[in-house]
Amino acid sequence: MDVDEGDVLKYDVVVIGGGPAGSVAARFAAKGGADVLVLEKRQEIGSPIRCAEGVSLSWLEELELEDIDSSTSRVMKGAILYSPAGHELKITEKLAGDEVGVVLERDHFDKDMARLAVKEGADYMVKTSAVGLIKEDGIVKGVEAKNFGKRFEVRAELVIGADGYESQVGRWAGIYESLKPKDVMTCFQYRLTGIDMDPDYTHFYMGSDAPGGYVWVFPKNEDTANVGLGIQFSRLNGSKTPKDYLDEFIESHEDYKDGEPVDMVAGAVAVSHPPEKVTAPGILLVGDASRIVDPMTGGGIVNGLKQGKIAGEFAVEALNEGRFDEEIMQRYEERWRDKLADKLWRNYMAKETAMQLDDETFDKIIDALSEIDLETVTIGAILEGVKKKYPELVEEFEDMI
Amino acid sequence: MKPELDDDKCMRCGACVGSCPVNAIFLKEFTLDINDDCTECGMCVKICPIHALDIGGDQNGRR
Repeated sequence: MDVDEGDVLKYDVVVIGGGPAGSVAARFAAKGGADVLVLEKRQEIGSPIRCAEGVSLSWLEELELEDIDSSTSRVMKGAILYSPAGHELKITEKLAGDEVGVVLERDHFDKDMARLAVKEGADYMVKTSAVGLIKEDGIVKGVEAKNFGKRFEVRAELVIGADGYESQVGRWAGIYESLKPKDVMTCFQYRLTGIDMDPDYTHFYMGSDAPGGYVWVFPKNEDTANVGLGIQFSRLNGSKTPKDYLDEFIESHEDYKDGEPVDMVAGAVAVSHPPEKVTAPGILLVGDASRIVDPMTGGGIVNGLKQGKIAGEFAVEALNEGRFDEEIMQRYEERWRDKLADKLWRNYMAKETAMQLDDETFDKIIDALSEIDLETVTIGAILEGVKKKYPELVEEFEDMI
Repeated sequence: MKPELDDDKCMRCGACVGSCPVNAIFLKEFTLDINDDCTECGMCVKICPIHALDIGGDQNGRR
């Protein structure tokens, strides 16, 4: 689509950000008959990748998809957790409740999510930034945008902010909550090739290699993986950066140290609890912008997809009723919270505890669990398992069992 | 003094943008702008995963 300086485009819904949450919101809004435009700041949807790319496939059915496009993912058999002393715990698909894990090709995946939205009739513009909100009588009525240096307006009944961790839309709308340093992970990742690992499992290293976080190794093929880590922002002291931590980790692991990087990713992830508010009249947030990243894993894709669908369907409903006031926006708040908030809070509390664990404790937990026959991976089952060997560790979490 | 950006190091990841308490940092496709709303709190300097921002001195625990 081409625009001229000063153009005024009219849509029912304008989505800011062409990531997975934005595209799913666009898809379900368009499917319900809304005129939808998605603006993507970057010149390419899905690139550069800022993601470790490991997700569960718990959303396929919900998103009305029969299968995931094979070019967008690699199926895993399970996960292996490593304690600092080298104890291993293998979690198979069956243990995780038959929840299949995949490692995505985000650059393909994001484009595929956009393709599905376009199929329902959504319009897309890339290399197009939103630069501000249009408000009338305090109600959001669209965005000002820029494409190839040309400023134009998109008038819309609803603005959906899907603009990620660094969301501007939420700040412009006055629904931004500052993050506490303890609730931010700062991350660094290489895609390493020429490494040795079991390519059918995702690998997680716990403990002080990544203070307050973990190291992940997510296979892309037999000898290539995303090797990265997240460190709790409040634990970063002195001059050591996440990159320094990762370089040290790789250097100290025989299997990885001869790998060569073919990609490098930096970024930050909010591991906060759900915010008070992600809506204002005429505007709502989805995905990372609304802080729905699972605080325990740091993964945001799955929650973003699920929430995106809720947002798209809500948009259609509100359009049909012809209003986007404070009251109707509560419907979206209630629906996404019903779906996601309990688990987000639970995992936030679990994260607060897990971040405090020292290396010795991680060793004991993984050691204890590797010796028993875990039937399911729930917090309760894990605590029960650890209790058998190290009852003193479990005392303070007794009420969670 | 506003933080200085080492353009050769910056990976345009947006970690500093989302963490800035006063929304003074803007990520464009190939550049990062810090405007005059900056309060020199040093949050962006500290969160940068590769230390591409520096605010001088040692007041923020990192140089």
